This record gives sequence, C-alpha cells and structure tokens, in this order.
Amino acid sequence: MHPAPSLILFTTLSGLGFGLLAFLCLGLPDARGLTAVLWFGAGFALAGGGLLASTTHLGNPQRAWRAFTQWQTSWLSREAWLSVIALAAAGGVALGRVFFDLPMTGLGTVAAGLALATVASTAMIYAQLKTVPRWNHWTTPALFLSMALAGGALLAGQMTVAPVLLLLAGAVQLLAWRTGDGRFAARGHGLTSATRLEGGKVRSFAPPHTGSNYLLREMVHQVGRRHARKLRSLALIFGFLAPALLCLTAHPLALALAVLSHAGGAMAGRWLFFAEAEHVVGLYYGYHEAGAR
Amino acid sequence: MTALPDRVDKKLGLVIDLDTCVGCHACVVACKGWNDQGYGAPLSDQDPCGAAPSGTFLNRVHSYEITPPDAPAQIVHFPKSCLHCDNAPCVTVCPTGASYKRREDGIVLVNESACIGCGLCAWACPYGAREMDADAGVMKKCTLCVDRIYNETLPEEDRQPACVRTCPAGARHFGDLSDPASDVSQLVAARGGLDLMPEMGTKPVNAYLPPRPKTDAAPEFDVLAPFLEPVAEDAGGFLGWLDRTLSKMPG
Repeated sequence: MHPAPSLILFTTLSGLGFGLLAFLCLGLPDARGLTAVLWFGAGFALAGGGLLASTTHLGNPQRAWRAFTQWQTSWLSREAWLSVIALAAAGGVALGRVFFDLPMTGLGTVAAGLALATVASTAMIYAQLKTVPRWNHWTTPALFLSMALAGGALLAGQMTVAPVLLLLAGAVQLLAWRTGDGRFAARGHGLTSATRLEGGKVRSFAPPHTGSNYLLREMVHQVGRRHARKLRSLALIFGFLAPALLCLTAHPLALALAVLSHAGGAMAGRWLFFAEAEHVVGLYYGYHEAGAR
Repeated sequence: MTALPDRVDKKLGLVIDLDTCVGCHACVVACKGWNDQGYGAPLSDQDPCGAAPSGTFLNRVHSYEITPPDAPAQIVHFPKSCLHCDNAPCVTVCPTGASYKRREDGIVLVNESACIGCGLCAWACPYGAREMDADAGVMKKCTLCVDRIYNETLPEEDRQPACVRTCPAGARHFGDLSDPASDVSQLVAARGGLDLMPEMGTKPVNAYLPPRPKTDAAPEFDVLAPFLEPVAEDAGGFLGWLDRTLSKMPG
C-alpha cells in the first residue's frame, strides 16, 4: 500500500495523543491548574493535529462531516464519532482539573476508555480489510493499542510503567511482522484464484495500459522494500529498546530523548506498516505471486 | 445507506467469455466514451499526450499467458470491471453513505455528491474495480450503464451497457443473473461460469466463462522450414570445383 505521509502522521500522532490523554484522564500524572493546561494542551495538539492531517488525504474534505453518518456499518465513521466524543470527554476532564481543581475520577476513567477505543477503531479500519492479508489480523489492533499505551506512558512521564509497555509494544510489533510475512500466501491468494485460469502456469503477459494508474500508485507500492529488514531493526531499536533503556536513567534530558527516539521509531514502523502491506489487486498486475516480483 | 440490502429483486450483471474475447479494448473505449458524457464526473486523464499518461477507467483489459506442460502457450484477454458483488465490501466500509447497492437490481453505485474521496472502498475491493478520479476527487466505478439500460429515449437495442453493445466478438453478455431462465444464467450453467477470488467471500454477480480447452492444437510447425533445408554438402563436378575454389579465395 502507498505509505501516504498524511496517514503515517495521522496514525502515529493521534495514537500518541490519545495514549497521552488516556493517562492524563486517569490522573497519571494528576496535574492541576496551569500544569494541566500544558499536559492536556499537548494531548489535544497531538490527537487533533493527527485528525487534521488525516483530512488532507481526502479528495473532497469539505464534505468530511458526512463521515459521521454511517457508524452502524463503517469503522471509519465509528472512528470519527469516537474521536470527537473522546476529545469532548477529555476536554471535560481538563476543565475540571484546570479551573476547579477537581480530580474528575469518574469522567476521567470514561474518557480514558474512549481515547483507547478511538485508537482501536483506527486500527479496525485497517484490520477489517480482507484484501490486505497482512493487516487483516488481531495483531493490528493489538499493535495500535500497545503503541498508544507505550507512547502515552512515555509522554506522560510514567517512568516505571513506560519501559514495560515499550517492551510489550516491541514484542507485539515483532509478532505482527513474524505472523504477517507469510499470511498472503497462506490464505491461498494467487493469480490462479484471481483469474481462475487453469491448464498450466499462468502469468501476467501485458497490463491493461502501458502507463501507471490509481490502483498501482495506491495499492501496489513497491519502492524501498529491499530496505525493509534494516528499517525493521531501526524501528525496533529506536521505537522501543532505546526509549525503554533511556527511561531507566530517569534523567529529564534522557526522557526528552526517549520521546523523540520513540516518535521516530514509531513513524518508521508505521511507514513499514503501509509500505510492506500487499493488496490482492496486485496479483492482477503480476505482483505478489509466490516467486514473482 | 451503506448497509447492504437484505435481498435484491434482481442481480443485473455481466458474463464475460474469456474464450471469445480477442483483446481489442473496444469495450474500454466505449466505456470511457459513454461515461464521459452523462452520469457523474467525467473520467479524467492526466498528462494524456505526455510522457506519463494516466487516467480513470471503469473497465480495463488484462492479458495473461497460460503455459500448459505439454502444449504451446496460450494468451487469454481478461476484461475486468466492477462485479457488483452480492456481499460488496466496498459498500459497508463507506463512512458517508455515498457507496450503496440497489435493492431493485443489485447495481453498486456511488453518490458522488456525498463522496469525500477517502479511498477506503477502493482498498476494500479485491478486484481493483474502483478508481479515484484525480480531477474530481471522488470514487468512480462501473455503473452497469444505469443511464442506458433503463433509458427509454434510446432505441431498444442500445439499452445495455456500452461495453456489451460495442463488443465486436460477442464476448460480453448482460442480464439478470438471479433468474435461472435468463440467457446469461444459462450461459453460466452451460459453460461452467466462475467467480473471481471466491476465497474473498464477496459473491460477485459477474461471472467469467473459462477458455475452452484447446484440443485441436497442432504441434509447433514452421511453414518456411522445408525451404530452408541445407543444400547438399558433398557436391561434385563443376559445382564442387567452384565451391572448393571459391572457399580457397581470400576474403
């Protein structure tokens, strides 16, 4: 799949933002007054900024409000609702903490749950697609949720739980790669099932047009795969291992470095999430067949 | 709207005969021509006369090569457009309700004035039947020429999809696949019509008739071969002397 910068930014930033908001709403840390303004401001900026980034990949963003209408069937619509409700609930918690010095425990717990539900609904947009076997698995929501929790704990300065959550997210990432690599072939997708042609070896002889098209640009991303192995290592090191180690030092500068390292590693991992995902439509163009390009 | 209808009254669709298709791309041209002038945003082209032409098409013809273990390779031309699936995944993922499947005839359509151009329906389609128009920013797909098939201002023989009407080989057939007595259903039954990617569970309405086995394929034969047999190499007499003499000459 095409690794669109808007989608990479959206999923990583909003994941971090909603993760941070979840911890803040639970009172970890229980900031009040001006400190709460800064904490919640960072959470809203990340989550809201991510959501805004996502609208830039729309063909007609002026009609984006229509995405709230189909929550009964569409995960994208559910995500739209959940994100707005979660932000509103977190806003309520922030108001109570900033202006009234209230703990807001009840609403805080609900808001934290809604923030994580938003992350899960984002993941389900990808996990529901049977056409992309690498995504169509429980490891996709597990990865998005564990990343949001790890990044949120790190941003919220939860130095005891953050290293554990970071290593857990790293393990989920490793599992997602390991199980995802063979899933396309394991599900029996191939040029034979795509064309139902029989009687011998089938191969793509000529594409429909000599030029490229929307389908190839959007769903048959091929560039950079050869660096995938190196990028995976870098994403693991910078995204999870380095920040986990830096957390143990408990130095403020180390914490800032850990956040930067995690964000960079997470973006590399999210780039791979898209770039390595094979869509079955590529079969019709001669890609993804076992032993083919 | 993006819930699939619990039942459809008809299943209008296409039956494509891979044995008959000659790969002329007339259906591609007819489709692009018709869908540029009426229903919805026109199918735009980018850089059409330049170095990297690209454009929106609702129907594309692939070509595949089948190489049997003991016979010469065979080329199969393979037109592909929306299959108007019973269980259309492109419809249920749509966040705005722009994508829908009609109860009355099963046609899958896009309400372009409600489409935000998120592209998720194209991701959900295994067949590559949906393409985002780069100019209009909305999703385009085969409408089964819904503006022709019910159009009473057209002569009756033209009330079928443009691709079917134009096909010079008669490789494309249009009809109601829910009616076992219809011509298309009988064709599917007689020729063993197949669904594409059945493992996806999309239950496509369009069916493909596989190429008939080539039982009369002759062994590979070169018509010029007899004329290119080597001439006699042990020539004697005058010709033999000439050959030897010429061979000895330098140059």
